[in-house]
Amino acid sequence: MDIIVCIKRVPQTSEAEVKIDSTGKDIVKDRLTFDTNESDTYALEQAVLMKEKFGGEITVISLGEEDAEDTLRIALAKGADNAIRIKAEDFDELDAFQTSQILKTVIKDLSYDIIFAGCIATDDAYSQIGVTLAELLEIPHAALVIDFDVNENRADVHRELEGGLIEHLDISLPALFTIQTGINEPRYASLIAIRRAAKKEIQIIGKDELQQSEFISNSVLEELYVPPISKQVELLDGTAAESSSKLAGIFKEKGLV
Amino acid sequence: MSEIYILIEHRQNEIRDISYELLACGRKLAEEHNSTVTAVILGYNTEKIVEKIESQAHKIMVFDNEVFKEFNAETYQIALADLIQKNNPFLFLIGHTAFGMDLCPALATQLNIPFTTDCLDVEISENKLRVVRHMFDGKLAAKVLLRENPSYMLTIRAGCFPAAESNLKTEIEKLDSLVSETPDYRKFLEYIEAVAGDVDITKSDIVVGIGRGIKEQDNLAMIEEFAASIGGVVACSRPIVDADWLPKDRQVGSSGKVIKPKLYIAIGISGAFQHVAGMKGAETIVAINKDANAPIFHEADYGIIDDLFKVIPVLKEKIAEL
Repeated sequence: MDIIVCIKRVPQTSEAEVKIDSTGKDIVKDRLTFDTNESDTYALEQAVLMKEKFGGEITVISLGEEDAEDTLRIALAKGADNAIRIKAEDFDELDAFQTSQILKTVIKDLSYDIIFAGCIATDDAYSQIGVTLAELLEIPHAALVIDFDVNENRADVHRELEGGLIEHLDISLPALFTIQTGINEPRYASLIAIRRAAKKEIQIIGKDELQQSEFISNSVLEELYVPPISKQVELLDGTAAESSSKLAGIFKEKGLV
Repeated sequence: MSEIYILIEHRQNEIRDISYELLACGRKLAEEHNSTVTAVILGYNTEKIVEKIESQAHKIMVFDNEVFKEFNAETYQIALADLIQKNNPFLFLIGHTAFGMDLCPALATQLNIPFTTDCLDVEISENKLRVVRHMFDGKLAAKVLLRENPSYMLTIRAGCFPAAESNLKTEIEKLDSLVSETPDYRKFLEYIEAVAGDVDITKSDIVVGIGRGIKEQDNLAMIEEFAASIGGVVACSRPIVDADWLPKDRQVGSSGKVIKPKLYIAIGISGAFQHVAGMKGAETIVAINKDANAPIFHEADYGIIDDLFKVIPVLKEKIAEL
């Protein structure tokens, strides 16, 4: 069973200060750390689990700049067999729709039974590339997959709905699935595997090598800004003892504890 | 400007709250631009759903067929693509929900309609359509301009357009669908309900929520002790469940539980909108987080910007001294 996994290298912003750069359309990245997008690590792990069960090859693909090769090498170390980087530096700004179309032009000629993608990228948070890619490739899909197995060329899929409810589906392959976090326990790459992956070749595809040169854009990001604060928080400052004391006082005053 | 269509979302015979919010969003835009709102329902035995939204839209279009009993992105896509191609609405609004995320990108791509997802606000001027959405873990907002086109499709985040009363005169139109059976390539089998655990976090007056900031599973004990000392229960955000440190029934958020306690203390939780959707109804919200830019501080009544490992033991003592 051949599997393609779409992965993205993203800045880790959940616990970092995020500043807007001078263009007003991007963030200052030099003090941020970068890593594989969270749900993509679960997508890769699901691919490795399927390969362990059914055999076949895993190809990881990323549309990114040169440093995306680090991310691809980690995927190789974790069990992917082939890696492809499409050179993001060959393009001007790309929106999610253009990214989907570029991925399609490369993936359509590859061998696959399953395509996995993360359900959301933590940087731009669109949650649209996987499902768009499935439509462009004219294959079935399911988004937000939280449990996954294959029986006789059909996927047995649990999709996560609101409120903890699960939608149980039966989908024919080939198909694309966007993977939700928590579906499995992503493994760490061993040091030996990382060393071995460092020597593996990554296939690099430039814009000129694509069969298509124009990719229609759906949207343009005009500006980034700090969201207005809807509710004014009362900050309790001072040392831990002082702030705790103030909070305990508020709890008492309001009869909360 | 031609019409605004919204997709009514329902599940297990119940209309979903997002439907009322989409109707409110649609009516607001229709009023601003002298347009009309059409609600589209795909379902089976839809009388109750139609009744509930009557007067909320200028028109309701109903595809009532057993094939639409449960949501299926593939059957929905076939029926809606046909409807949109025939009627060319200016704007088609879908919830940014588990259903909407599964449907919108494929439907809009098939129709070659510019679309975007997870919108908090929509602005239309001179046929140009702009949306506001959040990026980078909710720390920044973005204004996004869509490619100019006679029609657009958007998914709208829950909680951005409050449901409202309305008394429109509603025309109801029943339509026959192109789809009469579920395609073999995607079959709905069943819904699986979440298993109830030992603690029901929706029943407690005091809930202590923990997130990524807790760092290690071993640190849970400290939080359990703190929660017990103030008569509360421990709940969490998604990463804690993903790591298997707490069971799924302790998760607060859109894919977990919605809680409305008297007091919610968010500890080491950044405040992703999916989490906020589950706790914003709490009467008093306290956030303790060392990241001053964490979006949770936009939701909290009281905040402490500090290391939770320093604050929690002292806070426990201070409360005990009261």
